[in-house]
Amino acid sequence: MHDQTMAQLAQALQRGDFSSVELTRHYLDRIQRLDSTYNSFITVTETQALQQAAEADRRLAQGDAPALCGIPLAHKDLFCTDGVRTSCGSKMLDNFVPPYSATLVNNLQTAGAVMLGKTNMDEFAMGSSNETSYYGPVKNPWAVDCVPGGSSGGSAAAVAARLTPGATASDTGGSIRQPAALCGLTGLKPTYGRVSRWGMIAFASSLDQAGTLTRTAEDSALLLNTMASFDPKDSTSVDQPVEDYTAQLSQPLRGLKIGLPKEYFGPGLHPETAAAVDAAVKVYTDLGASVQEISLPHSHLAVPVYYVIGPAECSANLSRFDGVRYGYRCDDPADLMDLYQRSRSEGFGEEVKRRILVGTYALSAGFYDAYYSKAQKVRRLIQQDFIDAFKQVDVIMGPTSPSPAFALGAKSQDPVAMYLEDIYTIATNLAGLPALSVPCGLVDNKPVGLQIIGNYFAEARLLNVAHQFQQETDFHARTAPGID
Amino acid sequence: MATVKPTDIAKLAHLARIAVSEEQAADVADRITEVLNLVDQLQEADTDGVEPMAHPLDTAQRLRADQVTETDQREAFQAIAPAVEDGLYLVPRVIDE
Repeated sequence: MHDQTMAQLAQALQRGDFSSVELTRHYLDRIQRLDSTYNSFITVTETQALQQAAEADRRLAQGDAPALCGIPLAHKDLFCTDGVRTSCGSKMLDNFVPPYSATLVNNLQTAGAVMLGKTNMDEFAMGSSNETSYYGPVKNPWAVDCVPGGSSGGSAAAVAARLTPGATASDTGGSIRQPAALCGLTGLKPTYGRVSRWGMIAFASSLDQAGTLTRTAEDSALLLNTMASFDPKDSTSVDQPVEDYTAQLSQPLRGLKIGLPKEYFGPGLHPETAAAVDAAVKVYTDLGASVQEISLPHSHLAVPVYYVIGPAECSANLSRFDGVRYGYRCDDPADLMDLYQRSRSEGFGEEVKRRILVGTYALSAGFYDAYYSKAQKVRRLIQQDFIDAFKQVDVIMGPTSPSPAFALGAKSQDPVAMYLEDIYTIATNLAGLPALSVPCGLVDNKPVGLQIIGNYFAEARLLNVAHQFQQETDFHARTAPGID
Repeated sequence: MATVKPTDIAKLAHLARIAVSEEQAADVADRITEVLNLVDQLQEADTDGVEPMAHPLDTAQRLRADQVTETDQREAFQAIAPAVEDGLYLVPRVIDE
């Protein structure tokens, strides 16, 4: 069963080829048997999963069940799940059992999807390798001595190891797309505001967006159909009707205008990754698309802007963790200040503390204009580059990540080297644009990704462009060596 | 070039309510300086007349009617707190007897 896509599994469930309980049991068995190698799950919710599957089977038997009814899924461990520990990869929330579920979790549950468990992640989604997790690093199923990418590394490894047909994830600077690229998956970050952030533990609120990690673009469209919604409880949720993201998948690409930003193909890009991206672009021209070089002249400033705005927003968001109302509290505090300081110092890991301190610096008196205000101005210049580009082209293509997966430990002592992992993905978060990554080749026997960026709310078009590529290529269908 | 000194770290750490020991201060200062050197590239950008961008879609926060919509869930919320008594959150004594 686990060799099938979510779309195939959904049809099989509707036909009654097997039950959701059988399917769920199959994935739970795989997790139990195989995940000690990958460490992709923090919590497995076996009892609830089998209950939800039995309920899904009842709905399926009645005959009018939604498309995702009975499909097992894993949730990144920053989406609150009522009654199920939600750790955000942090000691700070190791004991946190939320009294409510995130809107997107509710949306999926209402549609009959089954939760297998909660996936590992970089602590508070701050990282590009899944090495900052309190629960230990995740291993890449394609090469277990390598990272799966991050921060949604657990969701990506779980799908790549076929421990779940799909997973939810979040992307603040590339946290869906980079792990998708490094694990050979399709990863979609929708337009900012398309999927509700309510119940998603906040990192940088003007950048955070929830999305999908799946094997195919078709599966991503199926998930987005249910995850996306207008949510009055998220003040930045966009009040716009949710499309049927599967409707345009089969549309031919003749006449599609593709822009290749020259800044995304400069020094720093692994030559074989570049070759894989070039070959992917050739697939599109064979399908009748046209290609032109474009320029996004402020691209080199995206990482610097991000490492002001991200930490600034993180330092504000994470101020709520005070050791008083929920989460970790230090032993025997001497006074209130000691309670705050030690709870936070002991509860947060090194990278999270570093970003809180950088953000505090950037927002502090005397530095606000030079850092935060300046970064917000350059952010607008970056957005304007994209607005200008989309006057000429329909989609923008380039590499997702500069290189294939790197060895565990290779960058964990060098924050700036780690930050440059996201050099091609961060700008779309700053601009709020949708983007996805599709597998487009292997370099050193490890997957690499093609990034496709679309205009605001062009998710259906992006998924169409990705789906047509997956009709012509089989990179998305390949399984990591050793996965049966 | 921005340089954060170990002596600056004490002030920052206090603002952020994060304890940094004197032994760690030099290392933390170096790491933060590296990040600030990375972001210092921003100073080269010409931003005269550019409006700061706070929201990707340039929309204003939606306002809601000033009405009570939440139900009382104090027990559920306090069930996950480290220390409570009689419906109150407990912290170390702040005011001397």
